Amino acid sequence: MSDVIKSATRAAFGKGLIKLGQERDDFIVLDADLAAATQTGKFKAAFPDRFYDCGIAEQNMISIAAGIAATGKKVVASSFAMFAAGRAYEQIRNSIGYPHLNVIIGATHAGVSVGEDGATHQCCEDIALMRTIPGMTIINPADEVEAIKALEAAFELDGPVYMRFGRLAVPIIFDDDYAFEIGKAKTLKDGNDVTVIATGLLVNEALIAYDILKNEGINARIINMATIKPLDNEAVIKAAKETGVIVTAEEHNIIGGLGSAVAEVVAENCPVPVLRLGVNDVYGHSGPADALLDEFGLRAANIVELAKKAVNLKK
Amino acid sequence: MDAKKIKELQKQACKVRIGIIEAVHSAKSGHPGGSLSSADIGTYLYFEEMNIDPKNPKAENRDRFVLSKGHCAPMLYSVLANRGYFDVAELNTLRRIDSRLQGHPDMKHIPGVDMSSGSLGQGISCAVGMALSAKHFGNDFNVYTLLGDGEIEEGQVWEAAMFAANKGLSNLTAIVDYNNLQIDGSIEEVNSPAPIDKKFEAFNWHTIIIDGHNFDEIEAAFNEAKTIDKPVAIIAKTVKGKGVSFMENNVSWHGSAPNDEQYAQAIEELNATLKALD
Repeated sequence: MSDVIKSATRAAFGKGLIKLGQERDDFIVLDADLAAATQTGKFKAAFPDRFYDCGIAEQNMISIAAGIAATGKKVVASSFAMFAAGRAYEQIRNSIGYPHLNVIIGATHAGVSVGEDGATHQCCEDIALMRTIPGMTIINPADEVEAIKALEAAFELDGPVYMRFGRLAVPIIFDDDYAFEIGKAKTLKDGNDVTVIATGLLVNEALIAYDILKNEGINARIINMATIKPLDNEAVIKAAKETGVIVTAEEHNIIGGLGSAVAEVVAENCPVPVLRLGVNDVYGHSGPADALLDEFGLRAANIVELAKKAVNLKK
Repeated sequence: MDAKKIKELQKQACKVRIGIIEAVHSAKSGHPGGSLSSADIGTYLYFEEMNIDPKNPKAENRDRFVLSKGHCAPMLYSVLANRGYFDVAELNTLRRIDSRLQGHPDMKHIPGVDMSSGSLGQGISCAVGMALSAKHFGNDFNVYTLLGDGEIEEGQVWEAAMFAANKGLSNLTAIVDYNNLQIDGSIEEVNSPAPIDKKFEAFNWHTIIIDGHNFDEIEAAFNEAKTIDKPVAIIAKTVKGKGVSFMENNVSWHGSAPNDEQYAQAIEELNATLKALD
């Protein structure tokens, strides 16, 4: 592959915060002693007076964010996905979700691609947890461009937003003129044999899979589902009707994530097979991120395999 | 405080207690014990201390109150109703399926409720966030939060306390309703947080210990709090069930409603107290 530029979506989160910080001063950024890792440290360096470190106390940080939002101000609270969605779940549910407050939760280090830190830090449950909170918007950007545009869109939204970012540098796949809209799926490649609905770093893998499948005579539709809630039901139903089978791909437990969300919509509206690619209800472990993505089957080759299986189900 | 003012506040607090009993009896459930123990503090906050306007409950620069011990919603609702945020008659709709008076405070629907609460330990952190917001954005309001003595067994309370002192949130005052009882029994039996004042002091807060039913001491504490350049914890020693003889210091009234007979007796006692103050 020639000159692929890579960037982690967490780095984009940091860049996006600085961009927003230059444009407006009506928000506060919070972190829980992980600013260097989550990249809010970049914002802190640029705007030290607008950043507050809560220390290693994620539950307190999330409730503080709720209090700030309750005074009518914008606030971004950041930690690893494990400790934001996981540890502080109930604070998000009761203090942010229930009163529907304008808090942006910047959750980084999602999925097994955290790498060497191992299972305790590899959160593959956050989408499932956040999906069950009424009124929560969940965005899982695929690359740097989308991450920055999604963050900007989140600032304009009324209500809480859970933003999921990764640690691993992934290829930048969108141009600067890429238009992002919360709740809208993006069809990146059109095709009618099978639809692959991917989110996060699996979107790039799905694009690679598209070429492989095409060489084998299978025309796949590739959809980037950055917004997992509210899900773009229309795009899912259309794909089910027009392609007859769907494959989902995500760096998350196959229980409760994008695959589940898509399967629910398909089952209720236009029942066709939905095959889910994800972490198969197991814990991760230490290792290089790329090796882990190989091991857990989160690669283009795995999408190709599942897409072929899906196409065969139509016969 | 002059005797006349004390009497007025005592009468007002008595009306608040009547509202609590009316609401909980009507709902056939709820938390009268801690509502009654905190009624004097709540009354003082909304009738004397806080910069608020019932006609403009969302005013940007108003003082904020977070009922961290959210189960004592009947106290907050009765105070708000008596202060004019909504009709006192509405208290009888507490916990009903078509009522906005939820079992625990709901900021989205109840005028005057500044923060939804009920899950213990979270309210103080929300109050910290409000105080931080005021300092950061240059708003000149104070934030008050009321905690239960059992509630401070929650670890999050101490995360909030550590942060508030570290960030110098002098516009924050926490009141601990120290009535010695929690659902499972006395706090001593269950998991005592004592010494409460020493704990807050260790977290770099200024502390004031008062009789939470004495308006002279309540006023002095809030006045002192405004002169302190750090967060202040007022440890208010109170009597659970205060004002209704058979509920006082009786843990079984933490979360149960009076039957019709008990209700009649409670109202009779409170009316007698009110009359004696005239």
